Amino acid sequence: MQISKEKLAWMYETMYRIRRFEERLLEETVKGNAMGVAHTSDGEEAGPTGICAHLTEKDWIGSTHRGHGHCIAKGVETNRMMAEIFGRLTGMCKGKGGSMHIADFSKGMLGANGIVGASVPLAVGAALSARYFGSDAIGVAFFGDGATSQGVVHESMNLAAIWRLPVIFACENNHYAESTPVEYAVAGSDIADRAAGYGIPGVVVDGMDVFAVYEAAGEAVRRARAGEGPTLLELKTYRYHGHYHADEPLKYRLKEEEDLWKKRDPIPGFEQRVVQQKLMTASALEQIRAKIDAEIEAAVKFALESPLPPIEELYTDVYVNYSNPVQGLR
Amino acid sequence: MVIEVKQANPMGPGIDAPGREMRYREAFNKTLRDELRRDPNVFIMGEDVAGGAGRAHLGLVDSWGGPFAATKGLIQEFGARRIKDTPISEAAMVGAAVGAALTGTRPVIDLMYFDFATVAFDQLLSNAAKSRYMFGGQTKIPITLFARSGAGSGHAAQHSESFYSIIAHIPGLKVVAPSDAYTVRGLLAAAIRDDDPVIVCNHKKLMNLSGFVPDDSYTIELGRGRRVREGSDVTLVGMSWTTEVCKQAADKLAAEGVSADVIDILSMSPLDEDIILESVKKTNKVVIVDEDTPRCSMASEIAAVIADKAFDFLDAPVKRVTGPHTPVPYSRPLETAFIPDAAAVVGTTKRLLGLE
Repeated sequence: MQISKEKLAWMYETMYRIRRFEERLLEETVKGNAMGVAHTSDGEEAGPTGICAHLTEKDWIGSTHRGHGHCIAKGVETNRMMAEIFGRLTGMCKGKGGSMHIADFSKGMLGANGIVGASVPLAVGAALSARYFGSDAIGVAFFGDGATSQGVVHESMNLAAIWRLPVIFACENNHYAESTPVEYAVAGSDIADRAAGYGIPGVVVDGMDVFAVYEAAGEAVRRARAGEGPTLLELKTYRYHGHYHADEPLKYRLKEEEDLWKKRDPIPGFEQRVVQQKLMTASALEQIRAKIDAEIEAAVKFALESPLPPIEELYTDVYVNYSNPVQGLR
Repeated sequence: MVIEVKQANPMGPGIDAPGREMRYREAFNKTLRDELRRDPNVFIMGEDVAGGAGRAHLGLVDSWGGPFAATKGLIQEFGARRIKDTPISEAAMVGAAVGAALTGTRPVIDLMYFDFATVAFDQLLSNAAKSRYMFGGQTKIPITLFARSGAGSGHAAQHSESFYSIIAHIPGLKVVAPSDAYTVRGLLAAAIRDDDPVIVCNHKKLMNLSGFVPDDSYTIELGRGRRVREGSDVTLVGMSWTTEVCKQAADKLAAEGVSADVIDILSMSPLDEDIILESVKKTNKVVIVDEDTPRCSMASEIAAVIADKAFDFLDAPVKRVTGPHTPVPYSRPLETAFIPDAAAVVGTTKRLLGLE
């Protein structure tokens, strides 16, 4: 597998950007600067990075309630993401959506989503319109292990399979649906096995290794663009934090288990490999980290200094056209 | 003068009964425990209701105790047979609850957020609501669903619904909204003992409020409203969180010499028309306060009932104070503007009374 130097640097930068963004977001959430709940994905950075490394802005992704990593890997600006989570007018969605609803249609990001499994039909629909327009764009649905228990996920996979749509089902199996462990909630051994029921490839991937994800995603993207139909990728990964910022995961899992996964952290794993193989230097990595640290600090500052939306924003964007708006009865 | 009415007499025990102050969420949990003890056919299903499911061997059995700790501690007493963690499968959960209810059990479902009722909506509408009627009364569907409603916690558009009227619209379903610790105990117990499908909506802003709760188990009749302030100049009708808003507004109005009669409907379906009409016939003016979006809302339904059945008693138009016709926004100032507050109720009332 040949990966260009630029792509390698991008992968490192992206994984570190996701990590740093969420670390700072958690700090700011505790301070009360983020307005709602923060669902972080630290530990899972290799998945969105290894997949989005193959995508361009014309491709589409659908995301989840734990969507910061997907946004960042698809190129959404961190300052406007942070501002969104701080409820500011300069946020990606003018502060109307928050962490669970960040979208950037200019970057092919169909939105984080608060309904479990909702990304899957949306990505299928994006693939449908790509086919409709005769473009070679593809759709990628990111979803968790918990979403595989939703009926709509299976209906969507079947639909994509019978129409051979250019879509990738990227299941991030982080082993917990909120607090419920995957071995309890998901029947069968691997989620990837379910692909057999739809006659599409199902691949188990080490979701802690960005190179493994990149390689598996490369074949899935090739298939999709070549009109060979969908692929289900199961990325085995781990959510370092709880379900949301105030959740205490040690109430439902053991420290030993967390430690085992953290030993396989995708970021130090990447660093060791590229330095050892002389693909990147330690100082180049350090320069990237410094750049990202500064970028995320600037994002926090941008968000804090941005205005809150004026009350009139409450009433805009409900429809494109509506003859008789009701501004709340008072 | 405004007289505070502290309990739901004659529906439940009075404040002189033995009892104590507790939080809404604690009263909810206590009621589930009571009902599980009372009826061996009652069991609970939902996401994370046990928490750490299947991990007793690791000493991890009750991590969350369900969303908002509703089912905290129940797995220890009742075991996994009766406290069943489910995958994230609302449609299967509600559909299976209907099947289980048709065959002798009394399932209680934690839907987590009220919004997620829509994920299971076909099961609610086509199976839960209609089975008894379609099958000519051969069967009953004693299921209870509970879910957290309302805005105000920064959960944004997909976790903040108050669409009570959508459920109330459906023949075959009942929907209630306890508004304090006292009513949550009585209404949840009544819902679980009821032989029809009942959805119990718990507003997130009520969860940590404390109130008096009698020790002994009791029920509040489904379909009965209550008066929470006695007054004579205007009727304020509240539901769920807006009952709190109406109480705050009544206190502010009292300071300005306006005496408000505050009715808490408690149940959207069945709806206690009598208590509303009786109050309107006394005060001749009414303001209905509903957090939901206004079109086809409970506020609109109640306004229609009043227009139909108490028109001759009205001295002024029926007023509604509601959220706007928009989804619930995330950013705090917008979310705050969405939710009707006491100032809005006071303003509307004073305009209605010609005081502004």
